[in-house]
Amino acid sequence: MQVHIRIRRFNPETDNKPRWGEYTVNDVNPTDSVLDVLHRVKWEQDGTLTLRRSCAHGVCGSDAMRINGANMLACKTLVSRIAKPGSDQAKIQVEPILGLRVIKDLVVDMDPFFDHYRSVLPYFVNDNVPADGREFRQSPEDRARFDDTTKCILCAACTTSCPSFWANEKYVGPAAIVQAHRFIFDSRDQAAEERLKVVGDSFGVWRCRTNFNCTNACPREIEVTKAIAEVKGVLARGKI
Amino acid sequence: MAELKTHTFDAVIVGAGGAGLMAALYASKSANVAVISKLYPTRSHTGAAQGGVGAALGNAEEDKWEWHAYDTVKGSDYLADQDAVDVMCKDAIDTIIELEHMGLPFDRFPSGKISQRRFGGHTNNETGKPVQRACHAADRTGHMILQTLYQQCIKHDVNFFDEYHVVDLIRVDDTVRGIVAIEIATGDYHIFHAKAVLFATGGWGRCWEVTSNAHSLTGDGTAVCLRRGVPLEDMEFFQFHPTGIFRLGILITEGVRGEGGVLINNEGERFMERYAPSIKDLASRDVVSRAIYLEIQAGRGINGKNYVHLDVRPETVNYYLEQAGESRRIDREYIESKLPDIADFTRTYLGVDPVSEPMPIQPTAHYAMGGIPTDVDGRVRANEADGIVQGLYAAGEAACVSVHGANRLGTNSLLDLVVFGKRSGMHMAAYCQKAELLPLPENPAAEVMAEFERIRNGSGGIKSTDLRTRMQKSMTKNVGVFRTAELIQEAVNDLKELREQYDRNIQIDDKGKRFNTDLLEAWELGCLLELAEVTAVSALARTESRGGHAREDFPKRDDVNWLKHTFCYREADGQYRLAYRPVTLGRYEPKERVY
Repeated sequence: MQVHIRIRRFNPETDNKPRWGEYTVNDVNPTDSVLDVLHRVKWEQDGTLTLRRSCAHGVCGSDAMRINGANMLACKTLVSRIAKPGSDQAKIQVEPILGLRVIKDLVVDMDPFFDHYRSVLPYFVNDNVPADGREFRQSPEDRARFDDTTKCILCAACTTSCPSFWANEKYVGPAAIVQAHRFIFDSRDQAAEERLKVVGDSFGVWRCRTNFNCTNACPREIEVTKAIAEVKGVLARGKI
Repeated sequence: MAELKTHTFDAVIVGAGGAGLMAALYASKSANVAVISKLYPTRSHTGAAQGGVGAALGNAEEDKWEWHAYDTVKGSDYLADQDAVDVMCKDAIDTIIELEHMGLPFDRFPSGKISQRRFGGHTNNETGKPVQRACHAADRTGHMILQTLYQQCIKHDVNFFDEYHVVDLIRVDDTVRGIVAIEIATGDYHIFHAKAVLFATGGWGRCWEVTSNAHSLTGDGTAVCLRRGVPLEDMEFFQFHPTGIFRLGILITEGVRGEGGVLINNEGERFMERYAPSIKDLASRDVVSRAIYLEIQAGRGINGKNYVHLDVRPETVNYYLEQAGESRRIDREYIESKLPDIADFTRTYLGVDPVSEPMPIQPTAHYAMGGIPTDVDGRVRANEADGIVQGLYAAGEAACVSVHGANRLGTNSLLDLVVFGKRSGMHMAAYCQKAELLPLPENPAAEVMAEFERIRNGSGGIKSTDLRTRMQKSMTKNVGVFRTAELIQEAVNDLKELREQYDRNIQIDDKGKRFNTDLLEAWELGCLLELAEVTAVSALARTESRGGHAREDFPKRDDVNWLKHTFCYREADGQYRLAYRPVTLGRYEPKERVY
């Protein structure tokens, strides 16, 4: 099939402001991903097109972008999902994720995102290892409690789809709360209190207006809004 | 002229996957360490590993590290160094417990202990039956290892240089002085002056057309070492994983077969019963990949095409469990909870629901058994004798210890990362305590900067993508699952021509400085071309079949002439020279390999 792709372009060395680049790619398989189409543009038509990508199957989190107005991973979005059924043409519009400074084309500055991530103490805390020298014991039920939030690949699709984050970049954002949740609900961890202080402050979970953009954007199908609600619940009740 | 900045550290770690991060955690305890990655660390391909990490914890049934060692040696087709295998399998137990203590969310048995499952080639040595040895977190074990190690690095304030692309090693005789890197966002060159350098840059599956490997797996560290005079070991041994998604190559974990999934040909036959009567679908990967290839050649691919089915539908799995006299049964929920990512991949990319349909699969280029030669502490060998390059280390897939020999067992790559990442980090830290910071040579970045300017300004009209596609096609056709002298020679000829084209005629579009991935991809292609050549040259010389190196013209293993490691050097004139090093044997005498 034929794909018409419109890409938001910005080269800091030559452009004063962003512009649109339009390309036509032929002989696309409906099962090709948007990343495949972007690669064909870059490799066959314009090598200056710049994007991040690595694994190409939705596990590394490099290629979150705004595709036809919604955040997705380019490698996990097939052209067939975008084309009208039965049509041999597809129109795709690709822009960088919102709320972070554009470095070049689809590449944004991820540092503020990772700074928020770091702020929630995203690491396991418990130095009292079992006396028998073996693993901490944890029941399958306790393990299941935080399973969903262990899936996060830090792609930023959720945080950069959140109106509260767009409104104020100091908001810690859904991805960081997901990370906090992963540890707060881990029966082995002992630093919940400190994490709750961070996500409970004025730039924490209370900025969430539960509009579910984050849940819809998550390529790992994490129930992000639910995780945020669970953290809010802990703060409200004062216990896990 | 681009700007040049210099940093000084005790040690530099290149690559931030499992091996690099584990080394960083340990080395940072006493040394001033920089971790440099061309990606954000959490993008590293360790995160794509699925099924599990092997350790004889014995949480489900009796197991011993010695059994794990024997399975590894047998899996390696006796090419692994048995002293190194012992180190890995013995250290495995404490290292996995240590990862758990770092918070790694392993799946759990009802006892609360780490859950373990079956995997290819892992057996109870007394009964010969598959043993539950693969510790796992659903089917995203690598993701959890990568996340956990990165989290711990944050906790311990490790210094990261994210999106810095390392492009050269500064070596003077048999010592190292640091590395040269490009800051991707600005295009500036940086020199990291250090006492020690560790490469943990992963594999180079992108030499082939169908691969499970990330686009970024271009073997940079391995190629840089080769250019700086380090020989590469056992490069002819590259693993083709039996179950990649048809056409795409995306990995479908062996854990699917560990949970009871079976391979089925067009006649509805579970064909592995013929090739490996004892452990069937859980034979070593080389054995299963060859079986799939032979089924396809015999016209028994699905609908005559070049794929077979991997069937994990509960009714199929339960049928074979019953046949085997096992009481265990599985259902939809079990698959959704044990293999959620696999189900997601096949639904997303194939529109196939593995609960109700079999998955179309074909072998996919997956893992480099060979690489930068090291000892068990990650120290890089200077030659096929016992020489060492002082201060130079390698770990993970980039390295060859050798614990995988001619064929790696599933779950042993994640294990290799954590065990040898840790050992390298510790050794490197101790080395930095006593070593002096040796001076930088004059203009240490001049040579690599000139090479980048050549690529940037090239006007020969040849695009990277053309050369890359031709390389991948030639390697797939000629240096794949089955090989002959004639085919490999064709690859050698193709690659020589491609390298000449690359050296003379490469042309890129992006002439800028900032975030110039056009330029960096072209440079990465140069790495792939050289590693492909080393692979082909090493494969041509080895006139036997062993593990992942299957020669149709030499179908038997030849222990009299070939029980030895290949060391391939790149000479100053660009020619390759081969030398050999004996295998370190131990408790296990080489014998015929039957599964």
